[in-house]
Amino acid sequence: MRNALKEALLPAGAIVAALLLFGVFVWFAGVHPAEVWLLLFKGAFGDWYSWQNTLQRAAPLMLTALCVAIPARAGLVIIGGEGALVLGGLASAGLAQGLSLPANSAGTALVCAAGAVAGGLWIAVAGWLRQYRGVNETISSLLLAYVAIGLFKHLVEGPLRDPASLNKPSTHALAEGLRIGGIGGSDVHWGLLAGMLACLAAGLWLRLTPSGFAVRVVGGNPRAAQLVGLPASRLILLACALGGAAAGLAGAIEVAAVHTSANASLIAGYGYAGILVSFIARHHPLAVIPVAILFGGFGAAGSLLQRRLGLPDASVLLLQGIAFVLILASEALRDTDWKALWARIGRFGPAGPAAAQSGMGDKIA
Amino acid sequence: MTGEQVLIFLAGIVGGALRVGAPFLFVSLGECLTEKSGRINLGLEGVLVLSAMSAFGASYLSGSPWVGVLAAALTGALLATLHGVLCSLPRVNDIATGIALMLLGTGLAFYLGKPLIQPQAPQLPAIALGEWSSSAAVRSALQVNALVPIGLAIAVALRWAFANTRTGLLVRLAGDSASAARALGYSVAGIRIAATAAGGMIAGLGGASLTLFYPGSWNEGISSGQGLIAVALVIFARWSPLRCVGAALLFGGAGAIGPALQSIGIGWGYHLFNIVPYVLTLLILVITCRPGSVVAGSPGELSSR
Repeated sequence: MRNALKEALLPAGAIVAALLLFGVFVWFAGVHPAEVWLLLFKGAFGDWYSWQNTLQRAAPLMLTALCVAIPARAGLVIIGGEGALVLGGLASAGLAQGLSLPANSAGTALVCAAGAVAGGLWIAVAGWLRQYRGVNETISSLLLAYVAIGLFKHLVEGPLRDPASLNKPSTHALAEGLRIGGIGGSDVHWGLLAGMLACLAAGLWLRLTPSGFAVRVVGGNPRAAQLVGLPASRLILLACALGGAAAGLAGAIEVAAVHTSANASLIAGYGYAGILVSFIARHHPLAVIPVAILFGGFGAAGSLLQRRLGLPDASVLLLQGIAFVLILASEALRDTDWKALWARIGRFGPAGPAAAQSGMGDKIA
Repeated sequence: MTGEQVLIFLAGIVGGALRVGAPFLFVSLGECLTEKSGRINLGLEGVLVLSAMSAFGASYLSGSPWVGVLAAALTGALLATLHGVLCSLPRVNDIATGIALMLLGTGLAFYLGKPLIQPQAPQLPAIALGEWSSSAAVRSALQVNALVPIGLAIAVALRWAFANTRTGLLVRLAGDSASAARALGYSVAGIRIAATAAGGMIAGLGGASLTLFYPGSWNEGISSGQGLIAVALVIFARWSPLRCVGAALLFGGAGAIGPALQSIGIGWGYHLFNIVPYVLTLLILVITCRPGSVVAGSPGELSSR
């Protein structure tokens, strides 16, 4: 527990520093920083309405973050979650359009499964290209995301388009019975629960099962994995497919719970924000849950910043960018021995024997 | 298709290759220089967007497009320096930092560039290559960005510098064997930061050609991943500046198919033709990469090849 707290300290410090720096930026725009911080908090967690907005955004973020986190545990940097999300949404809407599904929870499950399969296959392609063709997975997954978005636009504006959608090309809306409703009549839909369960399941899988452990070995030390004869390629493909399935599920849930059909609103950048969430959570599925809620909150507060203070709608993107850079830079401080550092600083002042000793220990280490 | 239409279509492809290819050219040259020193800068996507915004803003405020070009180069160098410095810290991975800078660069650009979406900025002059034709469509298709000759000159200069100058050799040394550079008493981190900054400067020119020539306006969809495609282009060009020129033109041409078809009245599959460059990149990567082996010409110190 103490360890977990220590792990969380650096990212938390980096987020605080990012908020401070963001305050400087808005100060240049003529807005008082304290006002922005207060509004960020209010817009994210201030009242029940804000909470609903925050949680609604956190649900897809958890799932797209898993699309980065699970492959990352296998040693891959996958950044194409947006493509899996978009295709997942398209597959779910397409399935509902092509087949007459039972308009009940079984139908909803099928719709979600279609999204997960589509997303899983898409990211598995990136894993396959890496293992069998030697193509860098970071670049290929991003290129695949652009391809997916192009395919999505082509199909939504062409073959799958509902002729009734005039201004905004969309697929046919999902039947009422297939949609995902709110929890207890609120705006927070059951997708939030799905996201949390997925994070929990991924965390337990990586921690408790042999296959999850094997994935971590492959990611942590490929040479050791090879020596003990782990099927690295198969495990990497599995990790990619699971991650992609999570992002695809996010797309299906967005369609079934928020947009009711697949249209351009689905391309909202959740896939890219998921990268940030996963990095801050240090690719730990359980830590993804609170981080996703925090960044869902920032997203929810963004429109409030725009309306109340006249800041550009990209303010939240800027905040995310600053946070990401600082989080990575804070990694450099990770193994700093604070006590030794403190002692070394202290040496210039009244140097006690204890300070000198720990200073020497630092040198030997 | 009539003969006239074929001509317009072909002019559209050739002109488009030069027009759409210009940002690819600069970004891939910048990436080439960065990677020669042993670092990958995925953040060039952010550099491209931020420098595109600052080029447009500077041109709008000063009234001279060349001030915009200068501003773009400076912005590019500045953001890339941040990447170079961050990557020199212990335990900081260049791929992750690149993704972060992509986000930071686009965030900064959209935040600061919000008031620039409406106005028109003075544009760069065009070099007319289509004067021989009587067709107005052909002539307008063959208007070429004035920065393209500069890009070609940079490519030749880089090629020459890598082969013949002390600085070029140092960059290659840092990229191929960091320990050798260190043994000779050079700071590897210093060389890499300098190379990354210079690469960002060149990539910034690509941003300028986006907002000051084609498409010639600033909006939030200005870049469609050119900065990332550049990383793949450099692999395709096997880290040679001259081959980067060919690769950039090829990609420009592939990206021009959709608009060229639209110009002769074929609107079907617009989005499908727009993904041709990405598919082409993937195919090229599949063809050039081999599992477990290193692509010929790759700098030895590159973290992911």
